[in-house]
This record gives sequence, structure tokens and C-alpha cells, in this order.
Amino acid sequence: MGLLDKQFNNSNVIITSLDNLLNWARLSSLWQMQFGLACCAIEMMAAAASHYDFDRFGVIPRATPRQSDVMIVAGTVTLKMASRIKRLYDQMSEPRYVISMGSCSNCGGPYWEHGYHVLKGVDRVIPVDVYVPGCPPRPEALMEGLIKLQEKIRHESLVKKTA
Amino acid sequence: MSPQEISEKLQSQFGAAILEAKIEGIIQPYIKVASVNVNDLALFLRDDADMQFDYLMCLSGIDYGKNVLGVVYHLSSMTKRHKITVKTDVPVEKAEVPSVADVWPTANWHEREAYDMYGIVFTGHPDLRRMLLPDDYPGHPLRKDFKVPEFYQGMKVPY
Repeated sequence: MGLLDKQFNNSNVIITSLDNLLNWARLSSLWQMQFGLACCAIEMMAAAASHYDFDRFGVIPRATPRQSDVMIVAGTVTLKMASRIKRLYDQMSEPRYVISMGSCSNCGGPYWEHGYHVLKGVDRVIPVDVYVPGCPPRPEALMEGLIKLQEKIRHESLVKKTA
Repeated sequence: MSPQEISEKLQSQFGAAILEAKIEGIIQPYIKVASVNVNDLALFLRDDADMQFDYLMCLSGIDYGKNVLGVVYHLSSMTKRHKITVKTDVPVEKAEVPSVADVWPTANWHEREAYDMYGIVFTGHPDLRRMLLPDDYPGHPLRKDFKVPEFYQGMKVPY
């Protein structure tokens, strides 16, 4: 089934549900909150650059939380940064999504035991939609995470609560 | 100058303040000095015509255990092409070392980091704040007796 259900031949009329239309619009222009925390940010930049070209998914980095839809937490979340991330997330307008990129941001990564300064998973301060494993994940992996998020958004509904 | 000559000159200049000089059999010859004399010694090492240590390569903090902290200065001279290491020890109860930030400005941030990680107080430092950790972080994490806090600002820290 396509995104836009029915199309009358030779006309400008397209029939679809409002859910489908909104979800299609949302998932096709996921503007990303532009910040990186560690080496994952390098892979994120590579994903955004011409070779992998995130732009074709409608992902454009925005330098302000007010205009962004998805926050890609790319790297080690230190305790010092955690409160800043929380604030940035709070400043994003809804609907907002979070991709946790890499082991550090998923669970603390190599710092899980002796990291006195590392938050063991960004999900301790903000809700996460998609976890991308890897250390660091390759751009393909981040892309897969983004497609997973798009799938999630595709099945959202205005009236039905989704998990 | 060879490390031996440097050590001899320092001993003639500072006498009892030089606690130990280990030159032979190690890669980096070092001189151990009483902590109160660190700043005077640093000034001498920089300004003396034979020494001219114009470059502080590294300043490190150490926790030796058994309630002894230390500071290590790796010095190099661009003009004289010689190197020396200076060490000093302080007890944990009174972990105070005179700052050398006025002698080598690069020591400013190094000392702030050593203060951050070990809680060594550098007296006379122009701006002794934490370098890396948040200002309200409990304790100094590279100390041997450091325990990771259970919570920091409501966030659980251990895995």
C-alpha cells in the first residue's frame, strides 16, 4: 500500500486519511537537531554528507531545537551534558523523536563500569524512540535507524495512542 | 647540561629542599623537591642562564596511595636542548602545592585539571576552578579512595 492511497486519473484529487497525510509529511521531513557529542558525530556527519546524503530522507540539520523534529544523540553523554540534553529536548516542539546513536548513548558503552562522569544511557533523562547499536555505528546503521523511526511514525495515529 | 649537572646545580642552589635525585638507570631522570619550594625552584629553572627551561611539557597529578598525593613536572628547554623531571609529594590532609602558573602560563589549565581530578590545591593560582567536571560534582574521581556517587542531580550514575 502506498503512502497516498487512491488517486483519480487525470485530476488533482488524492484521497487519503488524515493520519496517513500527517504521518507522510512528518516522516518525510525529519529535521535533525544539529549537535554531536563524540566520535559518533563524525559518522553522523558522514551520513549527512554527499556520499550517504541524509538529505534525500528529508533530514536537514537545524541549529535550534525549536525547528527540529528529531534529536540524534550521537556520542557519549556526560553528566555535565545530560542536563543540557534534557533542556534541549524540552525546548523541541512536539511531535519530537529521539534516536540514540552508538553504545555510549545507548547504555554507557565502554564507560559502563568506570565512567564516573558518564550517564549510562541517554534514556535515563529523555525518552528514546530508536536505538542504533555500534561503536560507532556506520552511516548505513544510522540510516537504518532513521528508516525504523520513519516506520514508527508511519503507523502513528491522531486518535489511537501508540506505544 | 646533563641531568647529573642539572641535579648538582640545583642541590648547590637549594640544598636541603632537594629531597632526592634519581639520574641513573631510568628513562626520565627526576629530582624530588619539597612542595613548599616548588615555585622558587620553577622560577630558577626557567630564568637561570644554564637551565633556561622555557617549556613545561606536562604537569600531572598522582595519587600514590597511602595518603600521599604528588605532582610531576616534565620540563624541557628549547634553547639548551635538555630535559628534566621534577616531582613533589604532599599529604592528602594538606594537599597544597604552590602554583607555577605565573612561571609557565601553560600550567594554568594543567593545574586546574590536577585540582579537578585529585583535589590538589595550587596556592597562588589565578583561577582555580574545576577544569572538566561540573562545578558541583562530589569529590575528585582519580583519587584511590574515590567512590562513584549513587546519584548526581537526580540522575543515577552507576550502571
